[in-house]
Amino acid sequence: MNAQGLFIMLISVGTVLALTVYCMYRVLNLPPVEMDDITGPLGIDTQDTVDAD
Amino acid sequence: MADQSSRNPSGGGEQWASRIGVILAVAGSAVGLGNFLRFPGQAAQHGGGAFMIPYFISLLVLGIPLCWAEWTMGRYGGLRGFNSAPGIYSVLWPHRFAKYLGALALLVPLVIYMYYVVIEAWCLGYALNYVTGDLMLGSDAAAYQAYFDEYIGKGANGALLSGPHAGSLTILAITFLANFVLIYRGVSKGIERFCNIAMPLMALLALIVLARVLTLGTPDPSKPAQSVVGGLGFMWNPHYEELKDPQTWLAASGQIFFTLSVGFGIIINYASYLKRKDDVVLSGLTASSVNEFFEVCLGGLITLTAAYIFLGESARGQGTFDLGFKALPNVFAQMPGGQVIGVLWFLVLFIAAITSSISMLQPVIAFLEEGFGLKRHASAAILGLISAMGCGFVVYFSEGMAALDTFDFWVGSVLIISLALVQSLLYGWALGIERGAEEAHLGAHMRIPHFVQLMLKYVVPVYLAAIFGMFCWNNVPSADATIATVPGLHSSELAEGPAPEPLVASLASQGREIPGVAAVARSDESGTWALVGPEGGLLRLADSPAGLEVIEHKAGYFENTVNSPVALNSIAFIGVIAAFLLLLVHIAGNRWEKEGRLQYRK
Repeated sequence: MNAQGLFIMLISVGTVLALTVYCMYRVLNLPPVEMDDITGPLGIDTQDTVDAD
Repeated sequence: MADQSSRNPSGGGEQWASRIGVILAVAGSAVGLGNFLRFPGQAAQHGGGAFMIPYFISLLVLGIPLCWAEWTMGRYGGLRGFNSAPGIYSVLWPHRFAKYLGALALLVPLVIYMYYVVIEAWCLGYALNYVTGDLMLGSDAAAYQAYFDEYIGKGANGALLSGPHAGSLTILAITFLANFVLIYRGVSKGIERFCNIAMPLMALLALIVLARVLTLGTPDPSKPAQSVVGGLGFMWNPHYEELKDPQTWLAASGQIFFTLSVGFGIIINYASYLKRKDDVVLSGLTASSVNEFFEVCLGGLITLTAAYIFLGESARGQGTFDLGFKALPNVFAQMPGGQVIGVLWFLVLFIAAITSSISMLQPVIAFLEEGFGLKRHASAAILGLISAMGCGFVVYFSEGMAALDTFDFWVGSVLIISLALVQSLLYGWALGIERGAEEAHLGAHMRIPHFVQLMLKYVVPVYLAAIFGMFCWNNVPSADATIATVPGLHSSELAEGPAPEPLVASLASQGREIPGVAAVARSDESGTWALVGPEGGLLRLADSPAGLEVIEHKAGYFENTVNSPVALNSIAFIGVIAAFLLLLVHIAGNRWEKEGRLQYRK
C-alpha cells in the first residue's frame, strides 16, 4: 500500500465515520417528542391484524 | 388537490414508534449485498482509491439530495392520507395520470423481491453449510465454482427440484416465510423492531470479521506481497488515469444510486408513516451515513483485502456473485478460523438482505390496504401469492441464471433509474422546490442549503437522464471490441490448427490467457478466421494496417434477450405483473375519487 492509498483510505473511512457518529449523536440527543405528538402504534392498537375479513 | 391532513382510515394508521427506528429501517433497506460485494469490486475495477472522488461527488450531488426529496414527498403524502406511491404521487401531482406512475413504484420493489429473496436464501444456506462444514472444500477454486453452480441449479432449468441441493428449497421457503411474518406484524411491531435488533447485530458481526481480516498478517511467507497491507493497497491505491474514463464516473454514480435505495419506491413509503413534526432532514442524512458506514468502512476494508491475501491479483474484476459465493468461500477455507468467519460473514449478508427484502414488500402491502380497504391478513396473502409465483419462476428457470439476470437488468436497473427520474421530476417540478423546502423543514433539526433545492430541480434530473442513457448505451446494444493486435501477422499466413505463438503471446500480454487447445479455424460460409476455444467461444480474427486484430463480440442485453426464450418469458412475466398492478391502481384510483380523497386540478 502506498502513501496515497493510505491517505485516501483514512480520509474516506474517517469522513464517513465522523459523519455517521455526528448524525447518530444528534439523533440520539434530540429533545423528547412532545406529549401531544405521542400517538405511536404502541399506544394505539390499530386492530389491523385482528378480525380478518 | 387532496389536502387532508388526517391519517388514511383504511391504511391502518400506522406510524413509527421512534426516531431511531425509522432511521435504522431505512438504512436496513439500503444496506444489502451491494455494500459488501459490489462496492469493493467496482472500486478496484475503476481506479481503486481514485474511485472515491467521483463516488463522494455523486453522493453529494445525487444521493443525499434524492434521499431528502423522497423523505419529504413520503411524509407529505402520508400526512394527506396516503402511504402508497399511487396515492402519494396523486397528491404531489394532482393529475389523473399520476397514480399510474405510482404503479411503477409498486412493480419495482415487488419484482426485485421475487429474485432478491432467492439470493437471500443462498446466504442463509451458505451460513448453514459453514456450520456443518460442507463448504470447507480446500483451495481449489473450481470446487467452489462447481458447488455454487450446483447449489443454484445453474446447469439446467428445474435442476433444483431434484438435484443434490433440493434442500435449499426448504431454506428458501423458510426465508420467504420469515419475510412475511415480519411484514405481517406491521411497520412498528415488525419492521422497526426487527431492524432495531438486526442492524446493530449486523454491525457487530461485520466488525468481528473485519478484526479477523486485519489480523491475518502474511499467511503465506512465500508470497510476501499478499499481506493485509498489500490487500488494503489492492483496494485503495489510486490509479488517477481511470478518472479520465467516463465509465469510472458512471460506475461511481451507479453505485451511489443503487446503494442508497433511491428509486425503489421504498423510502417514500417508509417516510409516509412519519408524523407532521418528525424530522426528515437529519433522519435522511443519518440513514444515508449509516449505509455509507457499512459500505466504505466495512465493505471497503473486508472483502477485497481478504480476497487479495489468499487469491492475489485474480481477485480483481469479479462480479458480485463470483466474489461473494466463489472467491470468499475459497478464502475462508484457507484462513485460520475460516469456518467460524464463514458462518459470521454469510449471516452478515443474510441480515443485510432480509432488512432490504422486507422493505420491498411494505409498499405493495400499503397499497392493497389503502386501495381496497383490505386487512393485513388479506393483503399479505395476496402479496404472498403473487411474489411466490415470481419466486418460483426464478427458481425454476435457473439455467444460466437467465430469469434472475433478466429481472435484475430490466427492473433492478432500468426501471429503478426510470423511477428515480420520475420522482426527481415530481419533487422539482410538480411539488416545486419552494414548497419542497418548506415541507422538508417542518420539524427539521437541520437546514438543507438552498443550492440543494436548485440541484434537485435542474441538475439531478439531467444527471439521472445521463446515467440512464449511458447505462442503456453500454448494456443494451451488442458491440465488437478489438482486444489485441498482433503486429506483422496477417490472415493469409494463418492455417487451420493450433493458435500461432505470436497470437497466444499477444493475448497473454493483454491478460487474456487462451486455453492450450484453442485452435484457429476458417468459416466455410463467410471465409473469416476465428480463434475457437474448447467450449466453442469465438474470437474473430481480421486484418488491419497494424496487424491481425483479435475481435471479441460482446452480446448486449437486447441480443441476449431475443435469443433466449427464458429471457423473453421473463419479460412477459414482468409485463403481466405490470398490467395487473396498473389495473389495481385504476380500480383503487376510482375508489379514492368516489370517496373524495383525490381531487384533480382542472
